[in-house]
This record gives sequence, C-alpha cells and structure tokens, in this order.
Amino acid sequence: MANGGIEGELVATEHEDWRRFIRKALANRSFLAGAVITLFVIAVALVSAIWTPYDVTKLVIADRLQGLSSTHLLGTDHFGRDILSMIMVGSRNSIAVALIAVGIGIAVGVPLGTYAAAKRGVVDEVLMRASDIVFAFPALLSAVMITAIFGPGAINAIIAIGIFNIPVFARVARGGALALWPREFILAARASGKRAGLITVQHIVPNIANLLLVQGTIQFSLGILAEAGLSYVGLGTQPPAPSWGRMLFEAQTMMTIAPHMAIVPGFAIIITVLGLNLLGDGLRDVLDPRLRRQR
Amino acid sequence: MLSYALRRILIVLITLLAASVIVFAVLEIVPGDPARLMLGMNATEDAIAALRQQMGLDQPLIPRYFTWIGGLLTGDFGRSYTYSVPVIDLVRDRLVVSLPLALMALFLSTAIALPVGIFSAARRGTAADTGVMAATQLGIAIPNFWFALLLVYVFAVALRWVPAGGFPGWDAGLWTALSALLLPAIALALPQAAILARVTRSALLDVMSEDYIRTARAKGLPANAVLWRHALRNALIPVLTILGLQFSFLLAGTIIIENVFYLPGLGRLVFQAITQRDLIVVESVVVLLVATVVIVNFLVDLAYAWADPRLRRR
Repeated sequence: MANGGIEGELVATEHEDWRRFIRKALANRSFLAGAVITLFVIAVALVSAIWTPYDVTKLVIADRLQGLSSTHLLGTDHFGRDILSMIMVGSRNSIAVALIAVGIGIAVGVPLGTYAAAKRGVVDEVLMRASDIVFAFPALLSAVMITAIFGPGAINAIIAIGIFNIPVFARVARGGALALWPREFILAARASGKRAGLITVQHIVPNIANLLLVQGTIQFSLGILAEAGLSYVGLGTQPPAPSWGRMLFEAQTMMTIAPHMAIVPGFAIIITVLGLNLLGDGLRDVLDPRLRRQR
Repeated sequence: MLSYALRRILIVLITLLAASVIVFAVLEIVPGDPARLMLGMNATEDAIAALRQQMGLDQPLIPRYFTWIGGLLTGDFGRSYTYSVPVIDLVRDRLVVSLPLALMALFLSTAIALPVGIFSAARRGTAADTGVMAATQLGIAIPNFWFALLLVYVFAVALRWVPAGGFPGWDAGLWTALSALLLPAIALALPQAAILARVTRSALLDVMSEDYIRTARAKGLPANAVLWRHALRNALIPVLTILGLQFSFLLAGTIIIENVFYLPGLGRLVFQAITQRDLIVVESVVVLLVATVVIVNFLVDLAYAWADPRLRRR
C-alpha cells in the first residue's frame, strides 16, 4: 500500500511537471510559432503520402510555366508539373532525410558521449579528439565528397549528413552527463551498487533529454538546409522524386521567364527552417529558463 | 603561454595527420579505377596497366600514402589526371578566386553583424531589438544558394549592374574582378552575418550583467562609454570564436556558391574533380582546406588565450 502511495505521488508530480511545461510553452511566442509551423510542414508531408492535387510524375507540356492560378495554386514548372504537389512531396523527402540523419546522430553520438563522460580519462580524451577531427572537415565539403564517391541519392545524403551529427550529439551528451555525475542522486545510485551503464540509462539519459531535444531541432533544420544544398548540386534526392533543392536547380535557367519556380521552393525551405529554429529557441527557453536572458 | 601553445600545436599536428589518413583511406575505397576512367571504355588492359604504373597506383597502399604526404609537405601535390598539370598550379590558379571571395564574405559578414549586434544589445527589449532579432532568424533560415539566385535575378538580370557569373581574372582590372565576386560574397555572407549578429548581441548582454559593468556604471560612466570601453572588449571572445568557425563554413560554402556563379575557384575545382574521379586533386584540396580550418581555429584559440589568461590553464 505504502509503495502504491509513493507511485501515486510520483505520477501526480509528473502530471504537475507536464502541466507546468504546457503552461510555459503556451506563453512562449517563439515556441508557439515554431510548433505551429513545424506541425503544419509535417502535416503537409503526411498528407502528400496519400494525396496531392496532381500527380508529380505526370508531365503536361501544354500546361508548362503557368503562373499562380486557381487550377495550379503555385503554378507549374517547365514540364507542366504542378509546383504545389511537388512542394508537398518534396517536404516528405526533406523531412525524411533530415530526421533520419538526426536519428543517426543521436543513436551513435549519445552512447559515445555518455560513455566518455562515465569513463573519463583516456577514453574521453580519444573520443573528444576524434570528434575534433570530424569537426575539422567542413561539413558540406565532406557531404559532397561522400555522396559523390558512393553515388548520389537520398540514402547517401542521409549518411553524409548523419555522420556530422554524431560528434555534435556526442559533445552535447558528454557535456550534460559530466555535469550530472557529481550530483547527489547519481552518487546515491552509485552507492546502491548500480553500474555506470545502468546509471547512464536510468538517470543520465532521461536528465539530458531536454538538451538533446533542443539540439535535435537545430540539427534537424541544418539537415533540411544540407539536403537542399546537396540536391541543388545534384547529389541528393534523385529525379523523378521531387526535392526542394533540385527544384531550385531546375529553376535557375528559368529565372527570367518563370521566377515563381525559384521563389516557391525557396520559401518552402525558409519556412521549414525558420519554424524549426523558432521551435528550438522556444524549447530552450521553456526547458531551461536560465538561458533566456542570454539571447 | 608557451606550454599552452605547444600543447595546442601537438593537437593540431595529430588532427592533421588523422585527417590526411581519413581522406586517403576514404578515397582509396572509391569504386572505379581512375586509370580505366581516364582511358575510356575501349582501352586495352595493357594500356590501363601502363597508366596505373605511371600514376603509381600499382604500389601498395602504405608506401603510396607516405609518397603522397611527403609530396604535400614539400609542396609537390602530384599531377592532376584530368588536367595533366601539377595540382599545385591548379590550386594556385583557383585560390586567387576563392581566397578573396571567402575574405570578402568574412569582411562583409563582420561589417554587418557587429554594428547590428551592438545596436540590438544596446536597445534590448525594444521594438527595434525584436525587429533585428526577427530579421536575423530569417537570415539564418535562408539557403545561401537560393539567396544567390535572387541576387543574380535582381542585380545581374533585371538591373544589369554586375555580371551574372564567371570570373574575368584579376588582369581585367581590380574593379571588374571585384564586381564579379561581389554577389557571391554577399550570398555567402548573409547567413553568417545573421549568426554573428546574434552571437554579438548575446555576448554583449552576458557581459553587461557582470559586476564590473555595474561598478563602471556606479562610478557614473555614461552608458555608451561602458558599452564601448568595457563591455565590447570582453564580448569579443565568443565573437572571435564564431568568426574562426565561420571561416570553415565560408570555405565549404564556396562549393555551392561557386557552382551558382560559375566561378573557377577551389570549391568548383574540388566538386569537378570528385565527379571526374580526379582523386589526387580531391585528396590534396580537401587536406589543404582541412589544414586551413585547423590552423585558423588554432590561431583563434591562441588569440584568446593571449587575451584571457584564464583559458590557458584549461
């Protein structure tokens, strides 16, 4: 009974934490704007999986280079494809590439970072120097190198972007974990005989989740920009699958006769990245109010 | 200070050594034989074998690495497979485009960001500050190659003020050459300026809440004097760090921006070399770029260890 009482209290505290988080989040303009934009973009991507106004693989030369109209809300491209439909499907590709790349960063980086923090000493030094080496490579240059060597395409773009997320998450996780290890509740867990691995999983990771979430939104937005850049130079998502970067490349020679071809995908990228950045800033304010005054 | 510098030099050397091994190893596993690629589909096996021997590709991996790295250290970067000229000549020709471009972008980004960041910090919480911060959020979200396309459309196609692309060379005159680099430099500088302006503002606000600033104010120093004489100098350390990091972004950014503007720079060279499997060019240029990044960051570290003695002990 007594045990049930404690569990009941814990659940009540968790509910209270959630309520406080939601209250603070709703009062934060940056978080609200970012969340609305990001949810909208994700919703568009999801809808595109089951419905688009037109078929993006269908070329209708008679309809080419049309401006914005009621039949084609965002106009058509030089092959007569509906730009709104292409933007919708493109959002799916961009989000998928950036999200999986963040997943790779977290899946590899967080274990490395927390391991380094738990072991300290030589292991820590070697892992941190290794991340220095990765940071010495300009990320875009290496992404271009990786995709060009192993062939262009979405999968290789994911790997190229993901590799550079690994040291970023490793450093964030290590920093967060190092600050936690001397804390009393960790000392108590150690005194109770728990091993470092178990402490990391049970206590360290849940307590650095906030940091990882904020970093995740930043890396997500950087991933969207990187995917667009790689697709623009022909190394990302391959045709006929539409991608925002590829659409910009194709628009380049059409700028004088159909500027909307370049303007629309550009805005799609800007809105998505802006939404994620606002969300990241808002989350940081809500989760760690101490950082608020610095910005 | 000396022991700090020596320790940092050792780390720089290890980083460079490891980076060179990685670049060499990654390019060794590239699918496709460069000799076969150069001679085309109809080449005989004998011709391919002869070319492989001439290029040193028949040597084992480790001696080949040492030959390559030894060459790099003595200024012999090898010979390009596709251009049939020494790589060092190619690099020199392209560097006279990319280096001024990166420096122009760095100058522009600093010239925009510092005043904007200081302005924003001095008017913290006002409508002007909110407006500037919103503009910088937008600046960070804009892909530089998209901004480049817009710049070309407005200033080269519609207004015809500057050329849309290409580089006439420095022989065509200083202004002609600089005007060809102006739009690419602006496109590269914009997102960096937005980031730097935010860092400047945030660093200044941090310093402004320190006790010694309160003391300076309590002494009766005017707000402007406190800002310029006390706060700004101390706020420059994080700004300098970001500037060092930005140099690496600018160098990498040239790969895409030089493609937008058809500029014959290092970024375009490495991009073309990758697609043509001209491995010796890729290896040398990538290592050169990595070395530049590492050395610039080392100099930045050294500069602020000199400026702030507390950092030397870390």
